[in-house]
Amino acid sequence: MTNPTPGASRREFLSTAASAPLVAGAAAGVLGGEARAQTTTGAAMAGGQVLVTLKVNGQTHRLSLDPRVTLVDALREHLGLTGTKVGCNHGQCGACTVHKDGVRVLSCLTLAVAAEGSEITTIEGLADGDELHPMQAAFVQHDAYQCGYCTPGQILSAVACVKEGHAGSDAEIREYMSGNLCRCGAYVNIVAAINDAKTKMGA
Amino acid sequence: MYAFDYAKPASLDEAARLLADDPEAKALAGGQTYIPTLKQRLAQPTRLVDLAGIPDLATIKEEGDGLAVGAMTTHKAVAASPVVQRAFPELAYLASLIGDPAVRAMGTIGGSVANNDPAADYPVVVLTLDATVRTTKGEHRGSDFFPGMFETALEPDELIREFHIPVPEAAAWEKFRNPASRYALVSVLLVRTKDGEIRCGVGGAGPTCFRATAIEDALRSSFAPEALDGVTIDAGDLNEDIHATAAYRAHLIPVLAKRCVRRMLRR
Repeated sequence: MTNPTPGASRREFLSTAASAPLVAGAAAGVLGGEARAQTTTGAAMAGGQVLVTLKVNGQTHRLSLDPRVTLVDALREHLGLTGTKVGCNHGQCGACTVHKDGVRVLSCLTLAVAAEGSEITTIEGLADGDELHPMQAAFVQHDAYQCGYCTPGQILSAVACVKEGHAGSDAEIREYMSGNLCRCGAYVNIVAAINDAKTKMGA
Repeated sequence: MYAFDYAKPASLDEAARLLADDPEAKALAGGQTYIPTLKQRLAQPTRLVDLAGIPDLATIKEEGDGLAVGAMTTHKAVAASPVVQRAFPELAYLASLIGDPAVRAMGTIGGSVANNDPAADYPVVVLTLDATVRTTKGEHRGSDFFPGMFETALEPDELIREFHIPVPEAAAWEKFRNPASRYALVSVLLVRTKDGEIRCGVGGAGPTCFRATAIEDALRSSFAPEALDGVTIDAGDLNEDIHATAAYRAHLIPVLAKRCVRRMLRR
């Protein structure tokens, strides 16, 4: 695929395109200001939309959403954060794993409106500027993926696994990473990456 | 998903009122079963009443001869609770084997019991220990709470506040997991109550959890694995699906019960 503009990456192009509806969403939010003032959560608006304030990777976003919109769809379709993947979309594969207030959850089984008031962290929020999170660096170093589709969810889950104190042995890592499936079968290298990263994370 | 409205009330009374006012409204606990149900369009509620904004529903404390566990307590919280780990470690162990870590972070004991999936784990606890289910309308006995598959004694607008779970003298939980879903093909909870009574609860095998009285009778005369050698369970009423035949499930029940006996004798 050729880049749409010289020097721009495919990812940046997709990110820009996905962010366009956000402008419309923000405008609708302004129109709904009256409703927003009345209640704090899930303020009802005309047309079945609700105003939702999401805190993602340290940034606050105001969105006008259908209550049916799941957190993963809000991240991808409304905020342009396409790092979080939709795999099975019903809680079996772990590709959509994000952190909600520091705890790993499935963003496909979380309604965006129900995530209001929580701090959400996605794969885009893990690195410190250009410096990868130790878990990201360990996944690269240990080749802990093949196609890469499950990788953002694996990494978010792996960071939580270490922070929870459940990375004590290979067997414990496997049990506590059991919610994240990798159809390429990179499990052996994923376990190696977690073992490596846990020391660098100070665990 | 079909369209629905969303409400996040700040009190259990308000939640109950919203459900009473609209028979088509539904309560949302952790959502780990109900959101997939909505996605498959197997339910069409007019409104979701999210219980996550109600304070004090996710508490765990010792009370009398047991544990009082709030309805919105997550599996993760039960598994990690020092109170549960000290007073009833097998319950913490049971909670640590539900689903996977992300599901346990959201899924709740109240949601699990109110849904009564045949393969769910907490209903077996509530039934076997005859836990008290405290609701917005009164109380229910755990032994009388699960009439059938996905059915409970709850009224449509009745919400669980908390469970009072009597702590047994000794207990062992064995779950034969589907390796992918982690749901129980069969699970067995064997307990000796503080009164010395042997009870054996079974999950995953039938339309709803049940007590295996043949196993209880055999163990009452001799609490040893060999006491179950001749015990057979009728496969006639058991579940049959792509994961296991009814005969296989019937076979697993005494097998898991024997493992429970061995573990209780080892302690």
